[in-house]
Amino acid sequence: MASSQPFPKIPGTTPFDGAQARKGYALNKMCFSFNSADNRAEFQKDEEAYMRKYGLNEQQAAAIRARNVLQLIAAGGNAYYLAKFAGIFGLDMQDIGAQQTGLSKDEFQAKLRAANNP
Amino acid sequence: MAKLIGCIGTSHIPAIGGAIHKGLQQDPYWKPFFDGFPPIRDWLGQVKPDVVVMFYNDHGLNFFLDKMPTFAVGAAAQYNNADEGWGIPTLPPFKGELDLSWQIINTLVEKEFDIVTCQEMLVDHACTLPLKLLWPEGDCPVTVVPICINTVQFPLPKASRVYALGRAVGEAIAAWDSSKTVAVIGSGGLSHQLDGERAGHINKAFDLQFMESLLTNPEWATQFSIHELVEKTGTQGVELLMWLAMRATLTTGKGAGVRKVHSNYHIPISNTATGLLALEKVE
Repeated sequence: MASSQPFPKIPGTTPFDGAQARKGYALNKMCFSFNSADNRAEFQKDEEAYMRKYGLNEQQAAAIRARNVLQLIAAGGNAYYLAKFAGIFGLDMQDIGAQQTGLSKDEFQAKLRAANNP
Repeated sequence: MAKLIGCIGTSHIPAIGGAIHKGLQQDPYWKPFFDGFPPIRDWLGQVKPDVVVMFYNDHGLNFFLDKMPTFAVGAAAQYNNADEGWGIPTLPPFKGELDLSWQIINTLVEKEFDIVTCQEMLVDHACTLPLKLLWPEGDCPVTVVPICINTVQFPLPKASRVYALGRAVGEAIAAWDSSKTVAVIGSGGLSHQLDGERAGHINKAFDLQFMESLLTNPEWATQFSIHELVEKTGTQGVELLMWLAMRATLTTGKGAGVRKVHSNYHIPISNTATGLLALEKVE
């Protein structure tokens, strides 16, 4: 598949381009559905059935089961839609940042504050 | 003709909505952020805009990947907020400004911007929170024309194109046959990255230079490609495009100069370097 990404890789960064958008459509569509409280409840009642309804592939379903944000991105997930999935579990952006960087939340917060004195 | 009085750039983090709801403005974590707003509210109290044109980016409330416009202009009598899935309170509807919506739409298409027009449009925290931060008490006293710029799915519009869009919107406002007073808001940024191993990326030096450039050299950021902006400011820091469009509205016609009303910069709220800047158009 031809990549539309004409630029060098930025470390630790996956721009959500056409290739990602194609790969992640079902996953992102499911996460978009979590704008609705009824849909969030339906997902929580039977996650597997809900994932089947949206046609997630095995890579996407495994990443959802693992609640693993880096795996979700690798499966085509977009940060804005994934945030709605994380919201179901009461996770905030610093929880998500900590998970992706392999830090504790305290350590991640310290990293953010350190940006004041680069 | 309508009078364009100035612009305000601000960050828009969902958690701000929760903090307002819980009354945490004086909490030590939040105070350095909220303290930026009173001087700008004082200025708004003097210049009393009737209408706000809001450049913002939707985060998956109104638009999904099934239909993803690069530029979308609201043309609704009312804009509803709705559940975004994060548990932040839903705000009451905002009133539109239909005549200005169509003035902007007609001008943009005439100037060869092939926009999407929306007679129904849910507005998310990026559109609602700046209004709540600037007018915290009671009903929102301004009507709104929301203009959404895609920052979800690459390719994003180039910085130079966004700047040109802003200029055209400024010309549309200046040519609007109305006695109303208009302010422009740019909602987004500044540097932050939510996703990937580089999550938490913040670039204070770039942010401060960008804010300064809006005062003295507004086209400065248009030298960078989207890729360069992502590299410097993060995957979501690229929302600074909203500030660029906002600033560009003040670069045409009589009185293209600006004076700084107030600015603030604070790291971090959530994972974000927050910026706030109000500029008044100088006649």
